Amino acid sequence: MEFFERFAIPHPSIAIYASMVAAGLTLIAVLAGLTYFKKWGYLWREWITTVDHKRIGIMYLISALLMLFRGGVDAIMMRAQLAVPDNKLLDSQHYNEIFTTHGVVMILFMAMPFIIFFMNFVIPLQIGARDVAFPRLNALSFWLFFMGAMLFNISFMVGGSPDAGWTSYFPLADTDSVGTNYYMIAIQIAGIGTLMTGINFMTTILKMRAPGMTLMKMPMFTWSAFIANVIIVFAFPVLTVALAFGTMDQLFGTQFFTLDNGGMAMLWANLFWVWGHPEVYILILPAFGIYSEIISTFSKRNLYGYKSMVASMVLISVLSFVVWAHHFFTMGQGAMANSIFSITTMAIAVPTGVKIFNWILTLWKGKIEFTTPMLYSILFIPLFTLGGVTGVMLAMSAADYQYHNTMFLVAHFHNVIIPGVVFAMLAGLTYYWPKMFGFMLNERIGKWTAWLLSIGFLLAFMPMYVTGLDGQARRMYTYSESTGFGPMNMVSFVGAAIMAIGFVLIVYNIYYSVRYASRDISADPWDARTLEWATHTPVPHYNFAITPEVASSEAYWDYKKKNHELYKGDYEKIHMPNNSGIPFVMSCIFFGWGFSLIFSLWIPAIITTIGIFVCMTLRSFEKDHGHYVSVKEIEDTESELRGA
Amino acid sequence: MSELFPRKQVMGFIFSMVLTAVALGVYFFDMSFAVGMTVLLITAFLQAGLQLVVFMHAGETDDKAAIYTNVYYGLFMALFTVFGTLLVLIWDVG
Ligand code: HEM
Ligand SMILES: [Cu+2]
Repeated sequence: MEFFERFAIPHPSIAIYASMVAAGLTLIAVLAGLTYFKKWGYLWREWITTVDHKRIGIMYLISALLMLFRGGVDAIMMRAQLAVPDNKLLDSQHYNEIFTTHGVVMILFMAMPFIIFFMNFVIPLQIGARDVAFPRLNALSFWLFFMGAMLFNISFMVGGSPDAGWTSYFPLADTDSVGTNYYMIAIQIAGIGTLMTGINFMTTILKMRAPGMTLMKMPMFTWSAFIANVIIVFAFPVLTVALAFGTMDQLFGTQFFTLDNGGMAMLWANLFWVWGHPEVYILILPAFGIYSEIISTFSKRNLYGYKSMVASMVLISVLSFVVWAHHFFTMGQGAMANSIFSITTMAIAVPTGVKIFNWILTLWKGKIEFTTPMLYSILFIPLFTLGGVTGVMLAMSAADYQYHNTMFLVAHFHNVIIPGVVFAMLAGLTYYWPKMFGFMLNERIGKWTAWLLSIGFLLAFMPMYVTGLDGQARRMYTYSESTGFGPMNMVSFVGAAIMAIGFVLIVYNIYYSVRYASRDISADPWDARTLEWATHTPVPHYNFAITPEVASSEAYWDYKKKNHELYKGDYEKIHMPNNSGIPFVMSCIFFGWGFSLIFSLWIPAIITTIGIFVCMTLRSFEKDHGHYVSVKEIEDTESELRGA
Repeated sequence: MSELFPRKQVMGFIFSMVLTAVALGVYFFDMSFAVGMTVLLITAFLQAGLQLVVFMHAGETDDKAAIYTNVYYGLFMALFTVFGTLLVLIWDVG
């Protein structure tokens, strides 16, 4: 009995028990459904073992959407708790667990996979490649991310959630419960997957571009993703090390982040933000790339200032590594250090501003077409700029003593992340949906969603700037009536509820469009400009029957309008990688490994460690040369897709 | 004969042994912490550069530009992070 006690949750409530039942029932329903409809084989062959970048992309998308709802429910609970003074909906411990989960889930398990979904689905198509550089590694990346995310998500049902914030500052995080173990180990597993993605896409973009596509002829999304992946490769190792230190403190009694024996709690904050600030740019740069594609497509003209776009992103990639201390201006360093980091932080606003002007100048004199993706992009410009401006306010270290750890800060980062990253994801999702699934999402519902999310966003977050300046601290689970924060927080709650309706509308839109949308659309329904639209819908698994040859950054547009020739030569047999079950199996073992470490179960931990090495050894000695798609098969597929 | 002799590699090997010996010297000779650290840092960076260029063939393929850009970028990041951290956590504690 004693053995099982460690898996019990330390702070139970009806809501948690209800979620356990719901999670159990869902799991049973899914397993039963798969068995009843005899889909196990299909699932295994077509999805679990796949190395196709498009399918891996779609699996990232599904995970990200699931996590969006998980994180969204957390958000609503928090806003409901704060809606009125002295509310008793949640107690302090639950509130702590919920904001921690919300932050981690939204940044690491929602925004990251959403971005990686775009990179997976779009980049090989956009650069005219057949797949990524290391397809098998790509599958491993996905499954590691997925298992890490799942491990984190069971924490509130098994053993107890982390409760020290998504930043997990020590010494607060240094507790005896398993929450911090979950944080350290689940993020570690997912983070290793992300690091592999970074290496994979850097290589893909550098080595696998279509003939003729020089670096300065790459489409803007590819450029932005390239820079983001460079940042991943340089930033994530810092997180890996910080998490490893934290894990050793938790499990083996080392003293990296403790308060005695030479430990240094500030070292965690420092390492966390050495990774953490670049991380926010890992999210925003691909979002900028998506906006660039959409704005130029629906303005019917090429992107204004291509070179300055590239230059500003390269500059951001450097600057994003030299500003991290702005996250702890108030934690003990002197005026000199603060001034240096203040100036570097403000400098980042310059390249960001350059990009904003480029978008505006693209719109200027463009023939604007108000589709849903374009609506999101146009809403993004003013809303995001507001967030950037408050960022520069926060960057002034002396003034930050007033803002830091208040709702003002919370308003700032939501103001950049929601219109910046989330809108880009929804815009991009709507934009690429027909390429993925062969039908469009409904435009009317889509526009309603965009407006609801924008209005909801403003209502939810603008009041926080005010109450933050008035001194409402972040992460406080309740406040008294005399503070006067009540009405503003009620407005926030209403805004959050409107956003929730917006997100539900997205689901409804998908349902509605699956049922009613026309399947009779072209492979290029938006009249777009870059290579991903030059192949069929659905995209054949080899992407392009003949590797395209490129002469400009808008190869497909020039093919349509200027009679550039894209496909020269005849069909030749195509070399493709084979599917493999090892990434999935290995990631499952990683899940078991993580779970064993979290609960200090040493024997399973040793066995799973051996299992991981066995998988790697198998891979090293495996002879797998891939397979060829014959010319005959290509001809058949092509004529079928052409509708002949 | 002289074309066949891997001159560069042998010189590189000897030089890397010398660097190792010098670094080892910090242990055997009595010197101040600052001097020892300086010797270690210099020999470590020289050693890493030597390995990268001579034995890992950094400059010998078409990817030369990408590889060196990466190395310089990484070097900048590492130095800024280390010195920034020292500044924030040790040198300028207000
Ligand atoms: C114009 C550019 C920006 C500037 C000058 C800026 C500045 C800052 C500063 C100084 C802070 C720390 C404030 C404090 O803790 O008191 C901060 C926090 C934050 N920023 Fe920004 N920022 C900018 C853009 C962005 C973008 C684009 C994102 C994300 C996509 C972002 C996400 C965040 C997050 C998540 C935090 C707070 C994290 C936390 O403490 O939990 N920022 N920003
Ligand atoms: Cu930052």
